[in-house]
Amino acid sequence: MATVGVIRFPGTNCEFDTVEAIRALGGDAEILWHGDSSLGDVDAVVVPGGFAHGDYLRPGAIARFSPIMGAVVDAAADGMPIVGICNGFQVLTEAGLLPGALQKNAGLKFINAFQTLRVESTNSVFTSAAEVGQELSIPINHFEGNYTCSPETLAELQANDQIVVTYVGNPNGSVADIAGVCNAGRNVVGLMPHPERASHALLGSEDGNVMLRSLLQSVGATV
Amino acid sequence: MKFHAVVDIQLHPGIADPQGSTIERALPTLGFDGMSNVRSGKSVHLDIEAADAAAAEAQLQEVCEKFLTNPVIEGAEITLVEVS
Repeated sequence: MATVGVIRFPGTNCEFDTVEAIRALGGDAEILWHGDSSLGDVDAVVVPGGFAHGDYLRPGAIARFSPIMGAVVDAAADGMPIVGICNGFQVLTEAGLLPGALQKNAGLKFINAFQTLRVESTNSVFTSAAEVGQELSIPINHFEGNYTCSPETLAELQANDQIVVTYVGNPNGSVADIAGVCNAGRNVVGLMPHPERASHALLGSEDGNVMLRSLLQSVGATV
Repeated sequence: MKFHAVVDIQLHPGIADPQGSTIERALPTLGFDGMSNVRSGKSVHLDIEAADAAAAEAQLQEVCEKFLTNPVIEGAEITLVEVS
């Protein structure tokens, strides 16, 4: 069975939720340690939310130098599905696997709330099972989630259909309402919202499952 | 040669700086008037051994680009003082 590796850095706090949500869908997931330099035999990687290395210097700035990130960069180049959620998105931008950066929220507040998202592209490993225009209720939980990039990068993202999900009602000032983007190869996706926190009716929404299901399907799991 | 370096990191103009904005809003309430454009950054102090000042500067520039700053949102100014 295909296995999703979920990386734990010192300060990560969403790894168990992510593993649990994947397993609840019938997928297989295991925790990977940031200090290892190999991904073992996993078929996909999730960099989950939290405060890797205490967010010191900048969110993701130190995590990108963790030993496991070399293996993640190599795997991304080989086409392995790599997903960064919240702090994981920040780590992937710092590592240069995704364009742009996450700056502090425009409203100067940490925001923890359910947010309506709109699927903009289904041509990515994290949205392939969704539909363009589909609206998803998924929570955000961040202070530095205000996506920014140069006008040239934004034009490129738009031209290449790399904006994966946008906010309906922009909560944090992100340019072009961007909530998540993918790389040119479409196998690396980063987003600020937490799909694993919208994976069961008891959590208030199951809308995140379509994303987790997309990831599992991208590595051949039948879920 | 040994140098003491101060790396002053500031957000690019237009990048949100909640700490600077909050300080700016607090100033008049404390009775300090006439202050504006408050921006807060961070400074990193370190000692560096290098052949000369140019070599130290070049190495610090690389450290800034790869680690101390995210060039998408931040820039840095480096000040070097020779330590005898």
